Amino acid sequence: MPEKQEQYISLAPQISLKDIQVSYGAVVALQSVTGTFPSGSLTAIIGPNGSGKSTLVKVLSSFVRPQKGSFSIKCTSETPSRKKSHIAYLPQSSQVDRTFPITVEELVSTGLWVQTKGFDAITPGSRQRIADALHTVGMKGSENRSLDALSGGQFQRILFARLILQDAALILLDEPFTGIDEKTVKDLMALVLEWHKQGRTIIVVMHDLAMVRKHFPYTLLLSRKVVSWGETDTVLTEKDKAHIPVCFHEADSYV
Amino acid sequence: MYDFFFAPFIEHLFLKRAMVACMALALGAGPVGVFLVLRRMSLLGDALSHSILPGVAIGFFISGLSLTVMSLGGFIMGLVVALLAGVVSRVTQLREDASFAGFFLISLALGVTLVSMKGSNVDLLHILFGTILAVNVDALLLVAGVATLTLIVLATIYRPLILECVDPNYFKSVSGAGGYYHIIFLMLVVANLVAAFQTLGTLMALGLMMLPAIGAKFWAKRVWSMILVSFLFASSSGYLGLLISVHAGYPSGPSIILVAGVLYILSLLVGTQGSLRTLRAGKRPASPKIS
Repeated sequence: MPEKQEQYISLAPQISLKDIQVSYGAVVALQSVTGTFPSGSLTAIIGPNGSGKSTLVKVLSSFVRPQKGSFSIKCTSETPSRKKSHIAYLPQSSQVDRTFPITVEELVSTGLWVQTKGFDAITPGSRQRIADALHTVGMKGSENRSLDALSGGQFQRILFARLILQDAALILLDEPFTGIDEKTVKDLMALVLEWHKQGRTIIVVMHDLAMVRKHFPYTLLLSRKVVSWGETDTVLTEKDKAHIPVCFHEADSYV
Repeated sequence: MYDFFFAPFIEHLFLKRAMVACMALALGAGPVGVFLVLRRMSLLGDALSHSILPGVAIGFFISGLSLTVMSLGGFIMGLVVALLAGVVSRVTQLREDASFAGFFLISLALGVTLVSMKGSNVDLLHILFGTILAVNVDALLLVAGVATLTLIVLATIYRPLILECVDPNYFKSVSGAGGYYHIIFLMLVVANLVAAFQTLGTLMALGLMMLPAIGAKFWAKRVWSMILVSFLFASSSGYLGLLISVHAGYPSGPSIILVAGVLYILSLLVGTQGSLRTLRAGKRPASPKIS
């Protein structure tokens, strides 16, 4: 799909943060975070517990409003893309009610919300896209299964199928691989890399440093402030390797 | 046969009206109840049903036993409690159920005080238990109007309402309107409770909304089929309850709700989805013996 790639390269937004500060009551979650996620980049956010990783992703997806500072999500072409439709966000532990009586197909079809809104029909074309997306995440033919019949890994695959349908230029994933079986992690990581190849801007909160080293070109090491931000090789150097556990430990003791 | 099952409803106008009122209530309250169950708000309906009392009492003070004014009063009061509770839970850290409890208790106490200040105890009993056998044309129009409105509005907000139940975070990430659908839905709940209070009373109004919906959960796997089962349960409770009330001389409101209760317990025992029967027959492994 060469045209499609082209399209995303020009649409994928560049995100600039300026002096972002967020606190929950007296607890400071993020402090003077400044920097840029380049257009079409794949960045891992790492850091100890309570270092503000999730908060930063929530700021970008407009779930949390920073007390101070500003950020912009700009497309390289002049199209404004602050619109919600351009951003896909997968929260850390999704609050999906798994006992709710709907099918896999129905849940995945909500990825088309931006097109269908409340009323438009799910066309045969859309149903085909849903089937294709399920195929891509390895859940072919599971359209009519109930949500409560899925395992944790299968459910995460379903949520990724919905991300495919959302077709967003900016994708924010908050610890998508935590508590998921190895095979699923491998398949879903391949999907993330495919999205990266298509030129989308992707930001993923990660815990597994080996995976970060292997797959992510950029890394942001966060401990309420930016500790280090740049190419993964520079951020995760041998020298810093010693530094990271120390800083993990240090911030943990604040929690 | 005919004399027992049909004749009363054909020969007596007041029973005919009561029957029609029950059918209309079932059409509106059945689906609304299903969404209350699915949204895990079963007990919030209880809170709302109690909170309409002072509104009804104030309406009674202003214009005596005028159904329109009393219903309007109840609707406004229910809405005030719902909105206050919603706003408090959004602005402060209090959860929605707790803030509902706070406001509905104040409202209930206020309502009982108002009623006992001026009305006789008979009035209080009428408001608490309803008088389905004295349904007049005005009341029928109100109930039918609310049922019609409920079905139209639910059909309109069906998809966003479901998405807001299943995955509120996702809905928030694609649309900023989630809160509005919640308020529209709460308005429907209040409207249906007001429609039911005249016929079943504020204490019983919720019964026809919740019991059929909870029972339906044991038979249906989809939202639409739950709504269908809920309506069938609610309407048959209305019919059988009135029948029992006619032949045995029991009060009509509680009879209707008791039938709904029996249907719920039967569903709990022998339903096809996760009932006690399916759990027994299921593959629950024998517990290991410790020797």
